[in-house]
Amino acid sequence: MPVLEKRRCPRPRWLLLAASGALLLAGCKRPPAQTAGGAAAPTPGSTPAAPIAAAAGSAIPAPIAGKFNVAFVYIGPVGDGGWTYAHDQGRQQLEKLVPDVHTAYVESVAEGADAAQVIRGLARKGFQLIVTTSFGYMDATEQVAREFPGTKFVHVSGFKSNGSNFGNLFGAMESMKYLAGMIAGARAKADGRPRVGYIAPFPIAEVIRLGNALALGVRASCPECTLTVRWIHTWFDPAREKEAAESLLADGAGVVVTGADSTGPLVAAAERGRWGIGYDSANACQASPARCLTTPYWNWGAIYADLVKQIQAGTWRGGNDYRDVDSGIVGLAGFMEGEQPAPGVPAEVVPEVRAVLDRMRAGTFTRFDLFKGPLKNNQGALVLAAGQVLTQEDLEGIRGIAGRRDCAICMNWLVEGVSGELPKQ
Amino acid sequence: MRWPLRIVPRHALGRWPRAGIALAAIALALLLGALFLWAAGIDPVAAYAAIGRAAFWGGAYALSDTAVKATPLILCGLGCALAFRMRLWNVGAEGQLLLGAWAASGVASFWLPAATPRPLMLAAMALAALLAGGSYAALAGWLKARLNVSEILSTLMLVYVATHFNNFWIFGPWSQSGFPLTPQFPPAAQLWRLSDAAAQVPALGGIGLHAGFALALLTAAICWWSLRQTRLGLAIDAVGDNAATARSVGIDVGRTTVLVLALSGACAGLAGMVEVSGVVLRLQERFSPGYGFTAIIVAWLARLHPALVVVVALLFGGLLVGCREVQPAGIAMLLQGTLLFVVVGSEFFVRYRLRWCGWRAHE
Repeated sequence: MPVLEKRRCPRPRWLLLAASGALLLAGCKRPPAQTAGGAAAPTPGSTPAAPIAAAAGSAIPAPIAGKFNVAFVYIGPVGDGGWTYAHDQGRQQLEKLVPDVHTAYVESVAEGADAAQVIRGLARKGFQLIVTTSFGYMDATEQVAREFPGTKFVHVSGFKSNGSNFGNLFGAMESMKYLAGMIAGARAKADGRPRVGYIAPFPIAEVIRLGNALALGVRASCPECTLTVRWIHTWFDPAREKEAAESLLADGAGVVVTGADSTGPLVAAAERGRWGIGYDSANACQASPARCLTTPYWNWGAIYADLVKQIQAGTWRGGNDYRDVDSGIVGLAGFMEGEQPAPGVPAEVVPEVRAVLDRMRAGTFTRFDLFKGPLKNNQGALVLAAGQVLTQEDLEGIRGIAGRRDCAICMNWLVEGVSGELPKQ
Repeated sequence: MRWPLRIVPRHALGRWPRAGIALAAIALALLLGALFLWAAGIDPVAAYAAIGRAAFWGGAYALSDTAVKATPLILCGLGCALAFRMRLWNVGAEGQLLLGAWAASGVASFWLPAATPRPLMLAAMALAALLAGGSYAALAGWLKARLNVSEILSTLMLVYVATHFNNFWIFGPWSQSGFPLTPQFPPAAQLWRLSDAAAQVPALGGIGLHAGFALALLTAAICWWSLRQTRLGLAIDAVGDNAATARSVGIDVGRTTVLVLALSGACAGLAGMVEVSGVVLRLQERFSPGYGFTAIIVAWLARLHPALVVVVALLFGGLLVGCREVQPAGIAMLLQGTLLFVVVGSEFFVRYRLRWCGWRAHE
């Protein structure tokens, strides 16, 4: 009876909408006051917008009056388990290490238009120190630093500074890569697979420097070993990183060392029953505890604490702040206080690694001692004569940059023992 | 028993009922979003206030940030809308944007002397970007017209090609000192910005609004006019309605396909030029957070109308700017996703209505 049915159909559409609306409103009361530790209690009169913070760590970034306010700008999510995770660990440590410090962060900030807007927004809100943690934020940080001379800005991994309120910060990761190389070489030798694989993001000076240090370490414990490089042209792409690891393993690599941000290569190595070495954050080995040898990692907390103390004391000036191992900026998983090396690390190499690490931490074996002549490149040509060392500009490959000297032996060569070549520039 | 609600198609709705449905959808999305915020331990009222302040009513900074963010969305959105009206699914505006940025950067830093007068330099950059983005999309158009290759696949795949092409130049021949960026553009290659006048008018300090925004509005006006007043505009809508009919009245569908994709790509290419010369001031890795992809949504929400593209891009730009206030970013993305889902989903109520038929046993 279609006709009848039609007549009996009223149209209370609004009833439905109203009902669902009411349902939602009911569930949408103000949240209960958060008082758990770590959360910042809103301070009256601090900013137009009272800062809101929650126990879970979700919040609207805002400074708190009466505290030293530090904001961090991140390229990735804090849960990336790598580069950004390590910075966020440092941020949390900073709050514990220095009294009356309040921190906030903005994560997953793109490097184009967003960077300057986010950094400027934080400066306008009144943060006293803003730390930007991706290379591509360099220009934006410099620009906002010019607009806010009363605010301090630290850019991680760049090469610009202004001598007053804008400086850069980086550390001698190459030293940890050298030690990781020693471990990888010893493992490769013990397994009778004299080949170590290196997953390299991009052919830039930083990545080449770390790769060369790794190769020198490998050759120190296993002179007959070679280092094979795969350029993956990305910083973070778990699938591509894993593919590169698989190709290195298929190529006969006994140990795979990653220079990118994910733990994919560690998993790939474990699946093959071989060995992996992680990067960036102290807990990378948790991805495959049984088959991970070690992880050279960043340890930002102590450095951030030091920066804040310097700024509070009025002694900080924005410059080129490149810290060596003795500052504590880098670490090697399994070899720090109270730690035991992973089960896969050959016993004979442990005392050697410890000895070099002790000298590095004492400041008697620096990054300049790593690259010491005689050194040949992988084409057989002598790059450094006996006793000759590289300068900081050489290590960073600085060329044509205002305020810096040009490098003489620029970091665009691969050390002897590396099989592979640099993409042409 | 049977389900008492029926889904019934409805006649074409007028402008105001449609707007009403869209507004109701936004309200519903905000309510849902409030629920998520509350669950994450953030006061929804304060969060929405912070978002609104950062994006719209927080003064000149807020409006400038929103307009800067909206500029590439407007240009790419116009490009998408042009093609979509003809049922050409150009989903590769991102790639066309990247190539436009590449060509503009080449002109700015390498192919023209730094001493070139500013208007000439900027015009040359814009022209190079239009040509690069346009010919890149025309390639997909030619494949479609000649070999019937799906433009969805070809334009999307060409995004990856463009990304790697740009990276090759950024890391290789154009690299500054081996770092993943080109040298900064000479002053002549930088678009006029409000903050340039900060020396005379201190209030303009840090206001990053650049001439590219005006260019985007001008482009929207041109698109709007051309769609209504030109033979090509008519052809686009005719082919979009029914290609066979359009062909039968003498429209060369193949030629129109290539031409429209070229224009679509040119808009996106111009977005790339505007972004490098108004904001980034050099070509660097990852300078676009995917404007070309976001623009697809912008074009759809604007119902492929050039004037609405501007409105939607500004609202969407504001949403992106404002949502940075909520951390961690995942919550903000959830908020954006909810809004999009509900607003796009509300399109259903434009075409259908629910009819209450009562709980009755089926006979």
